[in-house]
Amino acid sequence: MIENVDLTLVDWSRAQFALTAIYHWLFVPLTLGLSFILAIMESIYVKTGREEWKRITRFWMTLFGINFAIGVATGIILEFEFGTNWSNYSWFVGDIFGAPLAIEGILAFFLESTFIAVMFFGWNKVSRKFHLLSTWLVAIGSNLSALWILVANAWMQNPVGMKFNPETARNEMVSFWEVLFNPVAVEKFLHTISSGFLLASMFVMGISAWYILRKRELFLAKRSILVTAVFGLLSSLMVAYTGDASARTLARVQPVKFASMEALTDGRGNAGLVAFGVLKESEKKIGDRALNDFAFKIEIPGLLSVLTGGDREIYVPGIVDHVTGNAEKGILSASEKIDRGKIARNLLIQFQQAKADNDKKKTDSLKNIFAGSQFQDNYFRYFGYASVNKPEDVIPNIHISFYSFHLMVMLGFLFIIIFGMALYLLFKGNIERNRWFLWTALLAIPLTYLASELGWILAEVGRQPWIIQDLMSVSGAVSQIVSGSVITTFILFAVLFTLLLIADASILVKQIKTGPKH
Amino acid sequence: MKNGSSILTRLFRFYYDGFRNMSGWGRNVWIILIIKLFIMFAILKLFFFPDLLQKRFDNDKQRSEYVMDQLINSR
Repeated sequence: MIENVDLTLVDWSRAQFALTAIYHWLFVPLTLGLSFILAIMESIYVKTGREEWKRITRFWMTLFGINFAIGVATGIILEFEFGTNWSNYSWFVGDIFGAPLAIEGILAFFLESTFIAVMFFGWNKVSRKFHLLSTWLVAIGSNLSALWILVANAWMQNPVGMKFNPETARNEMVSFWEVLFNPVAVEKFLHTISSGFLLASMFVMGISAWYILRKRELFLAKRSILVTAVFGLLSSLMVAYTGDASARTLARVQPVKFASMEALTDGRGNAGLVAFGVLKESEKKIGDRALNDFAFKIEIPGLLSVLTGGDREIYVPGIVDHVTGNAEKGILSASEKIDRGKIARNLLIQFQQAKADNDKKKTDSLKNIFAGSQFQDNYFRYFGYASVNKPEDVIPNIHISFYSFHLMVMLGFLFIIIFGMALYLLFKGNIERNRWFLWTALLAIPLTYLASELGWILAEVGRQPWIIQDLMSVSGAVSQIVSGSVITTFILFAVLFTLLLIADASILVKQIKTGPKH
Repeated sequence: MKNGSSILTRLFRFYYDGFRNMSGWGRNVWIILIIKLFIMFAILKLFFFPDLLQKRFDNDKQRSEYVMDQLINSR
């Protein structure tokens, strides 16, 4: 029974999932982005017929292969964890996740066993055009493969297109298209793949910069910088655009996360956007939860209202509005949502009882209430709140949400400057004399990984206490297993992942030092 | 490749030659990949990550009743 839910178990299960997901995400964005960079470079080779471009493509393809092989299947561990550590959750969402994950599995298998093989083994064995087609299909396929995972994740942020079946305790998909075109899914997909393009561009640019610093492979390095400066600049602008669109959707579907990432305690019109800020604990509290204030901030007046609603006067609700409610703005309090969640839960209890009593008339009547849109939209959508003890428990960790968001955005702007600067220096023709820039490009590689991981930290920590927004809390999703076994596997993963990462890094570094074949 | 060979033979030869002519980094990566997959499926999945509901219950009815109980009683 979850009345006795062990917080240690929940925390370790979360830590284990976070560790696996963070590790998995070290490989994915490079695959997403580098696959397109390879396709672009190979297209130039096929178009121009210049062997240098083939050499450039094959060199970066080697690094792509190492990253792909070490990273492949690390995501499957997440699925192991679903079945063992998050069995309640897996059952609850089963029918929604089934379709997208099955498509992802088929796509990934088809792609990995066919076109990647042609990409690596097919040089000089298949025609140039077929090889190029295979490279493009790997790029498109791996990005489409990511789409289905992101659709599943987006459903957890904004559950749509389903109906809960009280007979089976599962959510059933009623509209595949609504799940696929969930606004969170569309924006998350575009934001995620463009951030992968950005990361891969910086990866190629940074390594190319290292070659120039070492006065090696100058042709390869300069051409690679040219391709990635253009691709990276376009991608980083797309990251900014889709990030802005995501934030606006977030304000609507996950307003507490939105208020937390802006550390907006009290709602207001003409709300300013904090460009930089340092948080401190506020004297203000909700229940026993202390809120946050700024020790220091640089704010652009009115911009948050403009970005959220297109007008300076637009009221942006704060954390307090969402917890205590704001009748004037039509915002329900968390207490009201808890009451509605409890009504939904009581109906489920009555339904279970009627089933146990074999009272068919009552069972049918309750089932009809359950299926009705009035009940679904006004009560069941708050089902998860029934397991929330105190209204203030719906506030996520404000420090992590705020800092991860702001650091990610600051890094995003830094990357735009770096790509823009690369283009400027290339056209001026003096990139190799600007060693400061070459060092900056090289040192920016880990920063792109940091920014990418911060995006996920914001998405997942900011959603707390929910595993599925408003429908299921993390503590209700966790399996009742011995926390010792979770700790054991956490340590096993930490050791395994560290070893794999060392292997990956050492093979990559060795290949980079060796350079392309002449 | 012989012209008259079947598509399956040609496919086999394609992969066979690809693996046989693999460079040093390719071999290292494949060794790591195989070890990783062995650890994942033969150790982690088998001994540490059973599908809990599949293991504990015989049919979907029992599974749904269990999860329903968890949903109703979660705090």
